[in-house]
Amino acid sequence: MKYSLSKSEQQTLIANVQQDAYPDERGRFGPFGGRYVPETLVPALNRLQVGVDKYLHDPEFLREFHDELHNWVGRATPLTFARTLSEKWGAEVWLKREDLAHTGAHKINNSIGQVLLAKKLGAKRVIAETGAGQHGVASAAACARLGMPCTVYMGSVDMERQAPNVGRMKLLGATVVPVTSGDKTLRAAVDEALRDWVSDPNGTYYCLGSAIGPHPYPYIVRELQSVIGREARVQILERTGKLPDLVVACVGGGSNAIGMFHPFVKDKDVQMLGLEAGGIGAGLGQNAASIAYGTPGVLQGCFSLLLQDENGQIQETHSVSAGLDYPGVGPEHALLASIERVKYEAVNDDDALAALAECCAAEGILPAIESSHALAGAKRYALANPGKRILIALSGRGDKDMPTLQRTLLKDVL
Amino acid sequence: MPARDSISTAIRNRRATGQPALIAYITAGFPKKEGFIQQLNAVGAVADVVEVGVPFTDPMADGTTIQRSSRAALEQGVSLRWILQELTRAEVKPQAPLLLMSYLNPLLAYGIGKLPEDAARAGIAGFIVPDLPFEESHELRNALDARGLALVQFVTPVTPTERMQMLTAGSGGFIYAVTMTGTTGKNVAVPEEVLQYFERVKKISPVPVCAGFGIRSREQVQRLAPFIDGAIVGSALVEVLERGEDPAKFLRSLRE
Repeated sequence: MKYSLSKSEQQTLIANVQQDAYPDERGRFGPFGGRYVPETLVPALNRLQVGVDKYLHDPEFLREFHDELHNWVGRATPLTFARTLSEKWGAEVWLKREDLAHTGAHKINNSIGQVLLAKKLGAKRVIAETGAGQHGVASAAACARLGMPCTVYMGSVDMERQAPNVGRMKLLGATVVPVTSGDKTLRAAVDEALRDWVSDPNGTYYCLGSAIGPHPYPYIVRELQSVIGREARVQILERTGKLPDLVVACVGGGSNAIGMFHPFVKDKDVQMLGLEAGGIGAGLGQNAASIAYGTPGVLQGCFSLLLQDENGQIQETHSVSAGLDYPGVGPEHALLASIERVKYEAVNDDDALAALAECCAAEGILPAIESSHALAGAKRYALANPGKRILIALSGRGDKDMPTLQRTLLKDVL
Repeated sequence: MPARDSISTAIRNRRATGQPALIAYITAGFPKKEGFIQQLNAVGAVADVVEVGVPFTDPMADGTTIQRSSRAALEQGVSLRWILQELTRAEVKPQAPLLLMSYLNPLLAYGIGKLPEDAARAGIAGFIVPDLPFEESHELRNALDARGLALVQFVTPVTPTERMQMLTAGSGGFIYAVTMTGTTGKNVAVPEEVLQYFERVKKISPVPVCAGFGIRSREQVQRLAPFIDGAIVGSALVEVLERGEDPAKFLRSLRE
């Protein structure tokens, strides 16, 4: 990672992380984060901040939120002991099954929480961006559940590779707007959602799907997704009496990862590993690994690590998984990387697909291609460090990936 | 006189003739990289202030026209470094003060340390950074300030009065008063409440008030004229250039 801190700066940041001091009142995670938006959105973000302070930890809000999580989302999601993978990898492998959450991925935890917040704040409509379509489907479902009109922005490239999710969003009553500007993927969808929000900052609630964007979004998303790590921590203690040696998650913007990691940050003996999309190589445009290959900069509202050229122009990315195909990463991950609390590595397309196939055959679980990056990274670690207890965030199921899998893993089979 | 004062002086001088000043935006190197300085001079001959747009891959405050012109400029290899080099080298430059309009990331990549010096040498009087709200702007503002360069702030129809006071007091050159919530380039009707908003900004602001976003016609400029010191024309001018028409003629048509 190309961000250097002095030893003493690093020590301060580590101490602050231990005390859960981030984000600070300026929306910073150490040097990262902040709020870089057009002036039109500043009052809207200030109002959102007031709403967050008032509701996010309010007992009545939490009661409603957890009621929806339990009775509608289907939480707590199970923790599955992966018998065959454990044997093959020489490790003790546990899977946190976010693929079993309603709508098929962890995204729903955030969407139902934010749409609930939108209602409290008196918003008249909800907008969302989506890459793989999972956040779009989750937001459409949450809006249907809570009676809110929903518009989803989705890059035209992603609409093609995640076609089944487009139909699901429409069935759930959302308007899906194809984005043909920019790179026609997740980042262009975020730009377009921001443009929509700038046009109606008072009546519209922007339900951002990842731990990115201007403050307070990275904080909201972390708080709502931390249910993953909190549950998993309790479950693994119940089942094994011990904490894991390693916690693993895939990282695009980083919402499932921060949800999984955050409740373990203070557990000093627990190591953590985030896996980014290594695509087809280390060159600019060949991957979406912002921590592994990126440099500091500002994109879409926050200061973090980005894939950019020497002129500060954002680079197009490549990943076989639409959900990781983003040229930036959440500011809290940039912080955790800079103090080396979490290790981040890249997994390439082929290894992710191989891990997907292995998990299907070994455990009878079809993981999302995104989540398969976590599996591949866990396997690599397990083979190098025998006998470890490994907890993996299986962030979503792979049904949505069938069009891609037909073209790749299945092309010689059928 | 520090460079930043040349901006407010140019606007006030025009205003003193009974007309609002014209602030013209062009995307540097659009439609053709080769014609940049020539085009700048053509625009600068009519406009009172010229905004030179630094293209960026993710112009989130801009509508489709400036997205398109930015992309076209980037495809030709236009960068901040190139723009400053061209401006520094140019033998003939407009009398009108020049501003750089850039999203923050290209400025960070260039380096906030050497930016003010290089910009001043290129004849730049100030900066407009649409994704840099006042609260995040201290580092850049201080750096520009030390070299006598302005950092222009925005206000919008949804800006609360107290915040408006802070932003207008902190703005250099002029205050960029956005006509509407939304992105650049849409045609704006000018209803009564918009005029009331400009009246409010005018009352509060210690610096000249310039209206921007969606200004396309002489009628709009005339209707706003009693309430503003200047009108900013961006997308409409870029479309004129896109069609290969004469930018000076278009700008004059807004004034006559």
